[in-house]
Amino acid sequence: MTKMGLEEYKGVYVFAQQVDNELSGIAFELLGKAKELAGDLNTDVTAVLIGSDVKGLTDQLAEYGADKVIVVDDPELKEYRTEPYAHALSSVINEYKPEIVLVGATAIGRDLGPRVSARVATGLTADCTVLEIGDFPLNPIPGQEQKHNQLLMTRPAFGGNTIATIACPDNRPQMATVRPGVMQKREPVAGAKAEVIEYNPGFTPDNKYVEIVDIVKELSDTVDIMDAKILVSGGRGVGSPENFKILDDLAAAIGGTVSCSRAVVDSGWKPKELQVGQTGKTVRPNVYFAIGISGAIQHTAGMEESDIIVAINKDSNAPIFDVADYGIVGDLNKIVPKLTEELKKVVK
Amino acid sequence: MKIVVCVKQVPDTKGGVKFNPDGTLDRGAMLAIMNPDDKAGLEAALRLKDEYGAEVTVLTMGLPKAEEVLREAMAMGADKGILVTDRVLGGADTWATSTTLAGALRNLEYDLIITGRQAIDGDTAQVGPQISEHLDLPVISYAKDIKIEGDSVVVERQYDDRYHILKAKMPCLITALSELNEPRYMTPGGIFDAYDAEITVWGRKDLKDVDDANLGLAGSPTKIAKASDKVRKGAGEKVELDADESVAYIMGKLKEKHVI
Repeated sequence: MTKMGLEEYKGVYVFAQQVDNELSGIAFELLGKAKELAGDLNTDVTAVLIGSDVKGLTDQLAEYGADKVIVVDDPELKEYRTEPYAHALSSVINEYKPEIVLVGATAIGRDLGPRVSARVATGLTADCTVLEIGDFPLNPIPGQEQKHNQLLMTRPAFGGNTIATIACPDNRPQMATVRPGVMQKREPVAGAKAEVIEYNPGFTPDNKYVEIVDIVKELSDTVDIMDAKILVSGGRGVGSPENFKILDDLAAAIGGTVSCSRAVVDSGWKPKELQVGQTGKTVRPNVYFAIGISGAIQHTAGMEESDIIVAINKDSNAPIFDVADYGIVGDLNKIVPKLTEELKKVVK
Repeated sequence: MKIVVCVKQVPDTKGGVKFNPDGTLDRGAMLAIMNPDDKAGLEAALRLKDEYGAEVTVLTMGLPKAEEVLREAMAMGADKGILVTDRVLGGADTWATSTTLAGALRNLEYDLIITGRQAIDGDTAQVGPQISEHLDLPVISYAKDIKIEGDSVVVERQYDDRYHILKAKMPCLITALSELNEPRYMTPGGIFDAYDAEITVWGRKDLKDVDDANLGLAGSPTKIAKASDKVRKGAGEKVELDADESVAYIMGKLKEKHVI
């Protein structure tokens, strides 16, 4: 598949995800990365804001790095639904012709991205963890044109066992979904303003519009584990949901947040939103305590970028020790409560 | 009602990951299984068949060996199996794969197409929604629960902090989460029958309304620039001490790193 007139496509675009008229963290993370890419390409950053009554959010996008904001505002877009959102984003792409479009790899973005990429007939690389500008092929190959200023998209595959770097050299836009928690937000610039462009392609419900019968919010008062500086994470080795109390106590003593492994969620001990790993969230706190977690690759894929990893496990062969900076072979039931007591003496 | 379930044969990355002595992935030593999300999608289809009556067809694209997952699906209770295999389809990315499967689906009658949310080898979650786009169907991704109401499906759709109950007119495409259900086992009689069952095999010429320019490696807009087995972070220190000494060790490290 090859498209003509690729040079018409310009600028780095970001899908600025909002839910309940509040911008999602991923929108700011994408803007941070987009700013870097736009710098390398000598172009600018455009946020695409889709929703109903969302114009009030444009300044915030400017503060985090958007030079322009294209607002698609329509009552049909109040709650996320695949079709009207796909129509909105693909219409923006067809109208404004960006060279790069970044979408968060969230439960919304991983539905929207493929639908839009198929509609505008381009490639999409999923769940990227590294994005950079470079050449494709990476090294010159005789008889093949080496294209410059390509978006090189790196992502894990095979459950985090391999990594691949992917390009989309013959089609535009180059599209990627990006794993939340991986890219860095910029420091917001107070008072920054963006050029705001309102665009409405018109919304006519058809067979692809799905009816929302009900919305059930799973409210919780827990901190988002992706924002935590210290995580106290428990695995099946904690033994029971009740025994997570010793992790709660440790987290309270050190100012951290409790998270967990997939096994804990599968056992129904903790909600999915606290799950770290390939099928959960990617975290990179300053300190990650892995307590009673064996450290399957699906888990380590979501936490190995943490600055300091402390692992406590009674099995000295547990793979978690292969990624831990400090591994302690021992009984978590003895060590964790004592550690909490010691921390209480030091941390006030 | 007619249901088509798209399944993929994948190497088992969960627990069964094997490495060569040099640290690279030993794919040959890994089991080939039916992708877990797809199996949940198949189970969902079989439950709809049990409850409402339906004809369930399983469709896969892959090497000739992928007929194994079709036989497994038929041993679980699927009625028909279709394998799309052709050398020109190899090396496809999600765009070319979804184009191929859509080309096969255009030959079939369906009220419902069910795919898994994502495969455990690629983890992209793209093929299901892309098929729906090629066939101009509504899509409901990340399904946790599926019910039929007249000519519509009612589905619980999972998001990060909520779920929506969505209603779509059939025909429609649904992508299933493995949390949807616990797939049934193959029955001995089912295994026996599936062993002898006829599998329909289609090649490039059987795909309807697809352009060669959108198939296989050449038709894939995304190209691999480089692939490598992940360089894992090296292990740090590991100590085995009594509880008091362990606590003193951790406290020492936390102070050294200015955490406390």
